[in-house]
Amino acid sequence: MTLSIQNLAVARGGVPVLGNVSFAIAPGQALILRGPNGAGKTTLLRTIAGLQKPLSGVIEGADETIAYAGHADGLKAMLSVAENLQFWAQVFGHSDIEAALAAYQLGPLIDRLAGTLSAGQKRRLGLARLMVTGRRVWVLDEPTVSLDADAVAMFAAAVTAHLGAGGMALIATHIDLGLNAQTFDITPYRATADTRSGASDEAFL
Amino acid sequence: MIALLRRDLMLAFRAGGGFGLGLAFFLIVTVLVPFSVGPQSELLSTIAPGVLWLGALLACLLSLDRLLALDFEDGTLDLLATAPLPLEAALSVKALSHWLTTGLPLVLAAPVLGLMLNLAPSGFMWLIASLALGTPALSVIGTFGAALTVGIKRGGLLMSLLVLPLYVPTLIFGAEAARRGAMGLDPGTPLTLLAGITLGTIALMPFASAAVLRMTLR
Amino acid sequence: MSLWEYANPVKFLGLSARVQPYLWAAAAICVVVGLTWGFFATPDDYRQGSTVKIIYLHVPAALMAINAWFMMLVTSLIWLIRRHHVSALAAKAAAPVGLTMTLIALVTGAIWGQPMWGTWWAWDPRLTSFLILFLFYLGYIALWEAVEDPDTAADLTSVLCLVGSVFAILSRYAVNFWNQGLHQGTSVPVATGGRTVADVFWYPLLISMVGFGLLFLSLVLYRTGTEIRLRRTRALLARSRKDV
Repeated sequence: MTLSIQNLAVARGGVPVLGNVSFAIAPGQALILRGPNGAGKTTLLRTIAGLQKPLSGVIEGADETIAYAGHADGLKAMLSVAENLQFWAQVFGHSDIEAALAAYQLGPLIDRLAGTLSAGQKRRLGLARLMVTGRRVWVLDEPTVSLDADAVAMFAAAVTAHLGAGGMALIATHIDLGLNAQTFDITPYRATADTRSGASDEAFL
Repeated sequence: MIALLRRDLMLAFRAGGGFGLGLAFFLIVTVLVPFSVGPQSELLSTIAPGVLWLGALLACLLSLDRLLALDFEDGTLDLLATAPLPLEAALSVKALSHWLTTGLPLVLAAPVLGLMLNLAPSGFMWLIASLALGTPALSVIGTFGAALTVGIKRGGLLMSLLVLPLYVPTLIFGAEAARRGAMGLDPGTPLTLLAGITLGTIALMPFASAAVLRMTLR
Repeated sequence: MSLWEYANPVKFLGLSARVQPYLWAAAAICVVVGLTWGFFATPDDYRQGSTVKIIYLHVPAALMAINAWFMMLVTSLIWLIRRHHVSALAAKAAAPVGLTMTLIALVTGAIWGQPMWGTWWAWDPRLTSFLILFLFYLGYIALWEAVEDPDTAADLTSVLCLVGSVFAILSRYAVNFWNQGLHQGTSVPVATGGRTVADVFWYPLLISMVGFGLLFLSLVLYRTGTEIRLRRTRALLARSRKDV
């Protein structure tokens, strides 16, 4: 199953930001999204994750296959690390959280309440959540924010292992993860007068 | 679904979860009533069913703005929307956990407060019955209001404005059943209508709630 | 040539600009004739005296208060199904007009009720239903104001209008059940085709009702035009900012 994006146009708050975006990710591959702040990376990722509708274009292979991680980790401060992970595992119909705990070295923190973790530890927990979903495509928005070098290495290892098992990853990031992955710069796809059709306010012009 | 319910209940019971807040509010409102209308037991006895129903309704309303707002802020709603669980089911579970942590304690506490307001003895059973039947509707309708206003900064007040008119039929039938019960009349008709409203809202409102939540997340 | 062509904002504005002068004129004539005739050229009621004359304001306003909500329901459905912006904006434009009509109906009702029933307000089913309708209008308008993104606001208010309509009807029956009222039966029973008002009162009342209907239509067209221009300005601003 390949994730394939064809001629996708996306809008933020009704205003088109990107147009004509096309790419494909095959099993075992990762794609790094690059582009300046405000270029539309988050909007693109949210659209692919199914959180918003595209203006036009086709997204194939995204049904029930995507695990999305945005700027917020969806953690509950009053639940422990294990409880947070277990909850997401159960929502996705799994129960095994050991591998995820091991990959991000969360074992010693297992009984700590998520609210008492440092920002980097929270992020590690948020990323560990991806592993318990069992989803094949990871769509990650700036996953390395507030991670130190060791934690980035853990993350890179986790992604590599995921790809090795036939998974896919689409990652918006500014730092070099040392992954064997193609990069995709979205700057040239900024919405222009030609690719802007379909915007919600178009009828008013 | 069970995982979500368990998590919500766990969160409600842990520190800062707000469990018991609605109950305390219910208690205070009921205690304030005699101060405002006077201590005559005749008068209190007459208004007791209505006061208890109104107190329960306001207590339900109080905890609604936490129902989805917290999950919205920490990103849980985004993640839930991409999870295999349909949003309709997730919101039904949310409403259920709201009822278990707010509605059910109110139902159980109402008879005690009924004693303090000098509720007629024949009214206790019908008060409990009407609250038990009616509060689920309050939770489900409230979930819709919470979903409507979740993306709005300081949406709590707006939510009250939107939800309270929707509570009118439930309140009328519920309080009417309790009142008739207390007066020794037959509460069958309002109770049946109340049950109809509750079942109807449980069946249909989650779809409306999920629809507006998707619109907000988009 | 389909009616949906006018869902295009530009076409809508064009048509609306062409018909509006006639609509305003017709509304003004009907309202002035209906009210003048009603106030000065009809006899006093043998029981109610001259107080009955407030009927020429009360009934048309009440009629439009309900019809405005009904119009909002229809336009909300059109927005949800066909996503025509004009439809959503028409619903937005109609809400304050409906709110005002509800307020007029409530206030004139209170003024009328005072000499007739000896009280400004009673928890009569009809009065109470109108009060609930008033609250629904308030909530609907407040939601429009609170949501920043105009399309999301249109979506959310449309669903609120749908759900609100169901609950408004439920409330109507609940209120009827809760208290049988003082209010007289309807003056214009549409369902039975008959009427309870004598001819001398009926014709000016009919003209007033038509006048209020036209007035409502003119106001909604005018306000929808304003909303469309506002959206257009915003769209143009957003574009020009992006191109810099």
